Amino acid sequence: MSSFDDVRDLYQDVILDRARNPRHMHILDPFDAAARGDNPMCGDQVEVRIRRTPDARVAEAAFQARGCAISLASADLMAEAVRGLPDADIRALASDFRDMARTGATHSATPAIEMLRPLSGVCEYPSRVKCATLPWAALIAALDGAQEAQHE
Amino acid sequence: MNAETKIRPPFDAARERAPFDVARIREDFPILSQMVHGKQLVFLDSAASAQKPRAVIAAMTSAMETQYANVHRGLHWMSERTSDAYEGVRDKVAALINAPSRAEIVFTRNTTESINLVAHSYGRGILKPGQAVLITAMEHHANIVPWQMLRDAHGVELRVAPITDAGELDMEGFAKCLEDGRVGLVAVTHMSNVLGTYLPIQRIAALTHAAGAQLLVDGSQAVVHRAVDVQALGADFYVFTGHKLYGPTGIGVLWARRALLDAMPPFMGGGDMIGSVSFERSTWAEVPHKFEAGTPAILEAIGLGAAIDYVNAVGMDAISAHESALTDHAIAKLSEIDGLTIIGRAQDRGGVISFTMDGAHAHDVATLLDRNGIAVRAGQHCAEPLMRRLGLSSTARASFGIYTTPEEIDFLAATLVRVRSFFQ
Ligand SMILES: Cc1ncc(COP(=O)(O)O)c(C=O)c1O
Repeated sequence: MSSFDDVRDLYQDVILDRARNPRHMHILDPFDAAARGDNPMCGDQVEVRIRRTPDARVAEAAFQARGCAISLASADLMAEAVRGLPDADIRALASDFRDMARTGATHSATPAIEMLRPLSGVCEYPSRVKCATLPWAALIAALDGAQEAQHE
Repeated sequence: MNAETKIRPPFDAARERAPFDVARIREDFPILSQMVHGKQLVFLDSAASAQKPRAVIAAMTSAMETQYANVHRGLHWMSERTSDAYEGVRDKVAALINAPSRAEIVFTRNTTESINLVAHSYGRGILKPGQAVLITAMEHHANIVPWQMLRDAHGVELRVAPITDAGELDMEGFAKCLEDGRVGLVAVTHMSNVLGTYLPIQRIAALTHAAGAQLLVDGSQAVVHRAVDVQALGADFYVFTGHKLYGPTGIGVLWARRALLDAMPPFMGGGDMIGSVSFERSTWAEVPHKFEAGTPAILEAIGLGAAIDYVNAVGMDAISAHESALTDHAIAKLSEIDGLTIIGRAQDRGGVISFTMDGAHAHDVATLLDRNGIAVRAGQHCAEPLMRRLGLSSTARASFGIYTTPEEIDFLAATLVRVRSFFQ
């Protein structure tokens, strides 16, 4: 009765679980870089913080957010996927993720992108793509040393 | 006096109209039979923009097929016919809002342009630096941003009257904002596009005028749901947009008292708005043409005229009664849903209902409703400061129109119950 079968491609169990119980939604302190992302159209906000390893990889990422299930799950999976990666890999991953959110397909099959694949269903919902990509825009802004994500 | 004359009500033309029949009305709106995601469309987003009856579509098509030309320019049959049709809509608009004169009706693109016109012309031309513009905490961005631009360019102050937690204007707070006598213009919405609240315009007008200021009313939402009488309201400016009144996009209205329009400098310059032009100087046409530079939205105005005829044929009072019954029904139904909160509890309210749901973000709610064919809006509804005042980041909003049925509201409520359990 309450199955909503036709939205299951978007709201997979992983996504509902991550949205209800995010593992990385907390205030990371101390931190080495941080940036905010805002979607003024809908009021969603996210702040991403990262801590670095001595060799400049991401040791830990965490976020604070106000947003929908898609944006929370996306931020939470992102925080996990980028752990231990150098900036160059994160940028490549962000670009692959953005394409996946828009088209459903990825260019690579790294463990990191596989972890994010449950979000590929968002490509069928054009008005929701931004929900999934907002945390990534904030993370990239943090890597760039900016305070705020660029509006897409 | 016999028994028959006693029970017979006095003759009233409006009562002789066919009774309000929503099934019949729905047949006039071709789009309502569309399927969305394989489901019957349930369109509950009329506050953003309303659907169009066949009469509007036909009027625009017919104008293009039979009599189209530019207005006010040609000395030929086509142009004369089109000018007559275009100018005829001015009379219809004047009658719709009971304006004293057709010359006080200025066509614009939409509410946003009407307010920008006033902010520019009246704001820069008449208001003096050091004076203030007073708005409320529940305005649409269209009634905020033009005043901020005026403030920054012209040195007027922008004041914001507070609202109560129930979503009504705080009348004491409003009166306080007028106390120092520096407010030159008050600009308020007639009906909130987020909370459904109607503002007490007559009381606002009395306070405004007692303070020596003029009153602009944003009728974008109200004009769709209620009979509007700008003279009875005591407004000095009244603005609205055609596309929410079952008309096309690209056509809006500014009504203002003649003396104000005469005193205001033009907004844009160009053809149609001039008396005569030389390279040294130009003179302005009489109102309303002074404010209608360039080729206007001819077809859209004709479409708006057809929309007004349509609404009049159904009867604004019948529409109001239908929608207020729907609103009561919806509030009762939605209030039964566990975890759902209706935002705003104004005494005087109309068919725009914002709500939040525990454990489910408005976007997720809207997406699930959409997959069941139900169109609602989710987000900040172009009213970011209001959302902040309410401590909310977003709401879902269901809004009703002439064609909305109680069954659609029942389906919305039943689907929301399922949405709630989906996210639990
Ligand atoms: C209260 C209110 N004011 C202004 C507007 C702006 O209307 P438009 O976008 O047609 O200019 C709207 C609708 O979006 C509204 O609901």
